[in-house]
Amino acid sequence: MSVANFLLRTRGRHRLHWTDVVTYVYLVLGLVVMFAPVSWLVMSSFKSESAISQFPPTFLPYSQQTVTVPGFDKPLPLFEVLNTEDQSAPPVVMAQARRIGIMAAMVDPKQPEVQVKVNVDDRVPVNELDFAWSNYIDLFDKFTFSTYLFNSVFITVVATLITLLLNSMAAFALSKYRFKGQRAVFLLIIATLMVPPTIILVPVFLVINEVGLLNNLWGVILPAVATPTGVFLLRQYMLTIPDELIEAARMDHASEWRIYWRVVLPLSAPALAVLAIFSVMWRWNDFLLPLIVLSTNDVFTLQLALNSFQGELNTQWHYLLAMTVITLIPVTFVFAFLQRYITTGIASAGVK
Amino acid sequence: MSTLELRHINKVFDQTTVIHDVNLQVADGEFVVFVGPSGCGKSTLLRLIAGLDSVTGGDVLIDAEVVNASSAADRGCAMVFQSYALYPHMSVYANMAFGLENAKIPKAEIARKVADVAALLRLDSLLQRKPTQLSGGQRQRVAIGRAIVRNPNIFLFDEPLSNLDAELRVSMRMELRQLHRRLQSTMVYVTHDQVEAMTMADKIVVLRAGNIEQVGTPQQLYEFPANIFVAGFIGSPRMNFVSAELAKVLAYLAPRITIHAHTVGVRPEHWVACSEEQGLPVQVVSSEYLGSQTLVHGQLSDGTLVDILTDTSLVSNAGQVIHMSFDASKVHVFDANGLRL
Repeated sequence: MSVANFLLRTRGRHRLHWTDVVTYVYLVLGLVVMFAPVSWLVMSSFKSESAISQFPPTFLPYSQQTVTVPGFDKPLPLFEVLNTEDQSAPPVVMAQARRIGIMAAMVDPKQPEVQVKVNVDDRVPVNELDFAWSNYIDLFDKFTFSTYLFNSVFITVVATLITLLLNSMAAFALSKYRFKGQRAVFLLIIATLMVPPTIILVPVFLVINEVGLLNNLWGVILPAVATPTGVFLLRQYMLTIPDELIEAARMDHASEWRIYWRVVLPLSAPALAVLAIFSVMWRWNDFLLPLIVLSTNDVFTLQLALNSFQGELNTQWHYLLAMTVITLIPVTFVFAFLQRYITTGIASAGVK
Repeated sequence: MSTLELRHINKVFDQTTVIHDVNLQVADGEFVVFVGPSGCGKSTLLRLIAGLDSVTGGDVLIDAEVVNASSAADRGCAMVFQSYALYPHMSVYANMAFGLENAKIPKAEIARKVADVAALLRLDSLLQRKPTQLSGGQRQRVAIGRAIVRNPNIFLFDEPLSNLDAELRVSMRMELRQLHRRLQSTMVYVTHDQVEAMTMADKIVVLRAGNIEQVGTPQQLYEFPANIFVAGFIGSPRMNFVSAELAKVLAYLAPRITIHAHTVGVRPEHWVACSEEQGLPVQVVSSEYLGSQTLVHGQLSDGTLVDILTDTSLVSNAGQVIHMSFDASKVHVFDANGLRL
């Protein structure tokens, strides 16, 4: 009840204030613009191969009903055939035996011996809602999909953990220690934000090649664990942690590592959550770095596998779409569950 | 249980000297209060003792041993911070146990020690709570408990009561005194509130601008302030300062007012009502009825504002002129440099 009240609040007391109308229009428009392509994608991923290529396209995954007729090996597609002579007569459901040009040979499933010639314009396919789960099930059976999934998950999880650890350590030093050149180091780290990743792509590749990490998942994980964004984000947050807490811990005989691990890190949880979300999204969606580092099939990430699905001559759209949906799921969940930390993290970092 | 000594302590921050050659001795089991206006360097001095900042010059000695190079953890001090500095993500128990865990003390012993201290400070029922779920006074007690549980040589308090409301502050003052009596530890306490200093200290150290102005018992400071600053800082309401020129009018004061005398200090409670020819005329500006006494704000003939604490029989209205003199034996005379004569 309270949730409904919250969501349906309006500025006008009894009827809608004009700002309410504008707000609703704006939000609905935003929802459609952002959500329509995604929902179209999800719906299409449940379409069978033939349904995807159907024209005109449908939003819901329909497939044509078929029927087994004695005398025919394959199940025949069903159509509703209009009676061309008597417009008022109800259409008849018939199966298509074969089709030549614009004419189709139709049979009544109850009388398979009698074939009728029908113009293709005079019939409508009988569709039913049919979710092609096989798109998803086949992925796990047919391809090395589970390998791709594992690679992606491994890279994302490990890289995120290392990113959090390294960045928070750097941020701790930059925010809580005073040393010569502290500002210079910080500015240097921030300055790397101005270097586009594509520019250092070749040097990175050369380094990875030199240390022998080509076609190795660590070759994707290691180059990008130290992010200036993460260091900056965490440092700004850690600045708000009172120095007195650290001094109290120091008086409490805590080593610097314990201060970091037991006091600073738990208190930076909101900022860490924000960085974790970012890191997961970056890593999961990363394409360029894996593309140059990983070239053999067994170390492909999902993104690379998606790319390789787009064949030169033939693209299996139904699998491609199903795979795309699967690649979207983790990021969506991470974002849905952790997004409140983004707001709290930003809010408290700004106000305090 | 330790002695503390400061020898020629200097502290310079970015070319600004904030502590000037401070010398101090604190006996074992003494309750010493550093008091002074804000920015006088009292907290800095405490941090130097704790080892959170390092001295620029001079020596800090604990138990007659120079500890300049020792880290804060190794000096055996425990500090209670103004903001309490409780670890917000840990329970009360974890807050108190943290220092012991770092010292690698067995779990069972930690539990016993924390339980003892919790009982002492009446925190037993709060051990599983988080600091944010506690009231100000409870947080204060946890902060003190965290200090006690490690059984330190010296307790350092950095304005621990300034975040509490007035009523709680008074009761916590009592509790801290009782705690000191029970633990018999050396305690150094920083405050800007002279009432707190007067009521709690064995020995008060008055600081101003990084210098020690006077060291003494509360009574010594009150009765024999070394200079105008201490005289004005200690005691509430403040001491009145009357120019020697004006005070000379009072015949019985003449022997005390030598040629060096510049200012005469009189505490508000030492004014006496008298007849017209014996006293100074004071024009009443306003008066505050305090029940047992009345505080009269007045103005002397040369424009100096004075506070007079009298019994309530002397009812005076604004604008009225009353005649007051003061108890000659309780008058403080200072020279032009503000030093006591």
